[in-house]
Amino acid sequence: MNQNTKQNQESSSNTPASVGGCSGGSCGDKPTRRSFLRTSAVAAGGLAAAMAALKPLMELESEDRPTVEKFLQKHYKEMDGDEMQTALTRISKEVEKRFDQRPDIRDIKPMDGVEFVYALNLTRCIGCRKCVHACVAENNQSRSPEIQYIRVLEMPRGTTNVEKGNHHYDHPTVPSDDHYYMPVQCHQCANPPCVKVCPVEATWQEADGITVIDYDWCIGCRYCEAACPYWARRFNFTKPKLPKKDLNPKMSYLSNRPRPKGVVEKCTFCLHRTREGKMPACLEVCPTGARKFGNVLDPESEVSQILKNNRVFVLKEEVGTLPRFFYYFDERYPASDEAKADKTA
Amino acid sequence: MKAYLKFLYRCFKRSFVGGWKYHLWLGFLFVIALVGLNAYCRQYVYGLGTTGMTDQVSWGVYIANFTFLVGVAASAVMLVIPVYIYKREELHHLVIFGELLAVAAIIMCLLFIVVDLGRPDQMHHMMLRFHFPVSILTWDVIALNGYLLLNLHIPGYLIYCAYNKRKPHKNFVIPFVFIAIAWAISIHTVTAFLYSGLGARPFWNSAVIAPRFLASAFAAGPALLIITLQMIRHFTHWRVERQALLTLRSIVTVAMFINMFLLGCEWFTEFYTDSTHVASAKYLYLGLDGKSALVPWIRTSFALNMIALMLLVLPISRRRLRVLNIACIMLFIGIWIEKGMGLIIPGFIPTPLGEIVEYTPTLNETLISLGIWACGILIYTILVRITVPVLSGRLTKDAESFDGGRLDFAKEEDLTAINYQ
Repeated sequence: MNQNTKQNQESSSNTPASVGGCSGGSCGDKPTRRSFLRTSAVAAGGLAAAMAALKPLMELESEDRPTVEKFLQKHYKEMDGDEMQTALTRISKEVEKRFDQRPDIRDIKPMDGVEFVYALNLTRCIGCRKCVHACVAENNQSRSPEIQYIRVLEMPRGTTNVEKGNHHYDHPTVPSDDHYYMPVQCHQCANPPCVKVCPVEATWQEADGITVIDYDWCIGCRYCEAACPYWARRFNFTKPKLPKKDLNPKMSYLSNRPRPKGVVEKCTFCLHRTREGKMPACLEVCPTGARKFGNVLDPESEVSQILKNNRVFVLKEEVGTLPRFFYYFDERYPASDEAKADKTA
Repeated sequence: MKAYLKFLYRCFKRSFVGGWKYHLWLGFLFVIALVGLNAYCRQYVYGLGTTGMTDQVSWGVYIANFTFLVGVAASAVMLVIPVYIYKREELHHLVIFGELLAVAAIIMCLLFIVVDLGRPDQMHHMMLRFHFPVSILTWDVIALNGYLLLNLHIPGYLIYCAYNKRKPHKNFVIPFVFIAIAWAISIHTVTAFLYSGLGARPFWNSAVIAPRFLASAFAAGPALLIITLQMIRHFTHWRVERQALLTLRSIVTVAMFINMFLLGCEWFTEFYTDSTHVASAKYLYLGLDGKSALVPWIRTSFALNMIALMLLVLPISRRRLRVLNIACIMLFIGIWIEKGMGLIIPGFIPTPLGEIVEYTPTLNETLISLGIWACGILIYTILVRITVPVLSGRLTKDAESFDGGRLDFAKEEDLTAINYQ
C-alpha cells in the first residue's frame, strides 16, 4: 500500500515534465493505479519464477564454487615463484580436504637440452592394454566415467587405416590371430593444431616438446578436441570421480593433479616422472618392451638409435603435425645402407 | 544523459504495453526462457555430462545453433545492400528490422557459446590472454561482438533521433552502415574458418565451407525476415509493401540456387573421389556401418529445401504471399537442419581414430536450446515493440501517446516512415 501511494506521487510529479502529453498524465492516472497493482503482481510472479528456475544452483558443491582466489589466479606463464607457491598450497589443501592425504605437489620445469620422443614397436605390442590402466592409475584420471589417455586399436593385417581398427576388442587372450595392435595417445606434435586453436592459451608446447594444459586456465570450449587428428584429448564432462585410496599423491601442476570438471586433459608423457629422469608409467608396465622413450637430442639415446636404424613411420603424416610419437618395426635397415648413410653424412 | 536515461525508461515501460495477445506471447516466451535457465543451472552444477556430447562428438546442438544463427545475423546485410548500394527504396524503412534481428541473433549466438563452455566462470581469461591472431575463435569473438555493437549503434541512433524529432546526422549513420556490410560478410566467413581450418576433420576441411555458409545464410536469413515482416505487418501498423517482400523473395531464390549448386559441388568431390575422406558424408547421407541417426534429418532437410525452392521459383509465390510464407518457413527449417546438425555432427563421425559414436541431444540440452531461442525471440519482440511507435512518431520526447491496449490490431496506413538520410 505504501509503495502504491509512492508510485502515485511519482507519476503526478512527472506530469509537468512531460509537456503537452495529453495522454501521458491526465488520462493515464486512473489506469496507472490499477495497472500498478497488476504490474507489481506480474513482476513479483516473474521474480519468484526466476528464483525457482535458479534453484539447482543450491546443489553446487563448495569446492566448485567460484572463489576470489581462483578468479584472480594468473596464467601459468605469468606466475612468479611466490604466486605459484600460493596456487600449489591452495591445490594441496583442496586435495587434502577431498582425499584425506597431503599430496606432494610441485611445479616441475623442463630440463635443459632435452626433447622427449616416444617410439612404439608394432612388432612387439600384443594389445594387452596394461599401458592404458597404468596410465589411469598414475595420472589420477576420473574412474567413473573412466578417462583413458591411451586408445589401443586392433588392426587387421594389411592396412594402417585407423578406420578399419577395432576399438572395443574383448578377447579372453591377446594377441588374436591376423591382427596387430596400435596404441594411440597424445603425439606431442611439434606443430600442434590444438595449441593453435586455443582461444585463451590454456595449452602450449614446453621447451622439452611436451604440450601441457593449465587446468586452471582452460575455459572448456573443446576447440582443441575438435582440432586434434589423433583424438588424444579428453574432456571432464562431469566432476571426475576418483576413490580416495586410488589417489597418486606424487603430482605436478601441469600433469596429474586432480582436475576440476569442465576442463580438457591429455597425456603429458608423465612429465612429473620423466622430467626427473624416470620413465613414463605406460612404458614401465609394458610386458613386451614395445615402448621406448628418451631424449632425441642425445644421439646415443635408445630412441635416437631407433629413429636412425629402424623402419619408422608416424601416424597421419599428411596432416602436417610433426608428431614426436613414432611407430617402428623390429626390422632394421640393412647394415650396408647404414654405412652408406654415414659416409654421405 | 538524463534525457537518454528517460528515453530508455520510457522504452522499457512501453515494451510491456500491449493487448492480451501481446502479453500472452511475452509470458509464453518468458516461461520457456526460464525453463531453459533452470536446465542451464542443472548443467552448471553437474557439468556438460547432462548433454548428449561425448569425447567422440564433442560439439552438439549448441554449436549447431550458434553456427546457424551467425548466418541469420549476417543476413541483415541483405536488406542493407539493396537499400544503400542499389537504392531500392521500398526496403528503406524495413532495414531497421533487419538490423534489430541481427542484434537478437547475435545475442543468441553469444548465449549458445556460453552454455557450451565447461568453465563459464573462467571466461574472463579470454580478456587476460587473448590468443589473437593465432586462434580463429578469437577472431570470431571480435567479429561477433563488433557486429553486435554496430547493429546496436545504427538502429539505436536512428530510434533515438526519431524520439527527439531530430534528423539523423549522415556521418553517424552512413559510414557505420558500410562498415557493417563488410563486417556481416566477415562474421560468417570467420565462423566458417573455425571449421574449415581443422586438418583433423576432413568433412570440414574444405574451401567451399565459407561460400556455402554465406549462400545458405543469405537464403535462410531473408526467409526469416520475410516471415518476421509479415508478422510485423499483421500485428503492428507499420507499413510493409508487397514489393519489399518480393525483392526479398528474389534474394532468397538466388541465394538458395547458389547454395544448392555448392552442395552439388561438395557431393561430387566427396562421392566421385570416393577416398577415405568420404566417410563423414556417407554417414550423413547414407549411414555408415549401420549407424544412420542423421539420415532421416538430412533427407527431410533436402526435401524441404527442394520444395521451397520450387515454390519460390513458381509465379504462385509472387501472386500469393501465403505461398511465399510457407516456402520461407520450409526453407528456414531445411537450412537449420542442414547447417546446424547436418554440418557439425558429421564432422565428428567417424572420429579421427575411426570410431563411430552417434550423438543425440538430451532433454536438458534441448530445453536450454529452446530457452535461448525464446530469449532471442523475446528480445526481438520487445525491440520491435519499441521501434514501431518511436519511428512512427507516437513515442517522442514530448508525446507519450498510449496507443496502448489497442496497438496490436490497429492499422493505420498513413504513417510516415523515417527518412534515413
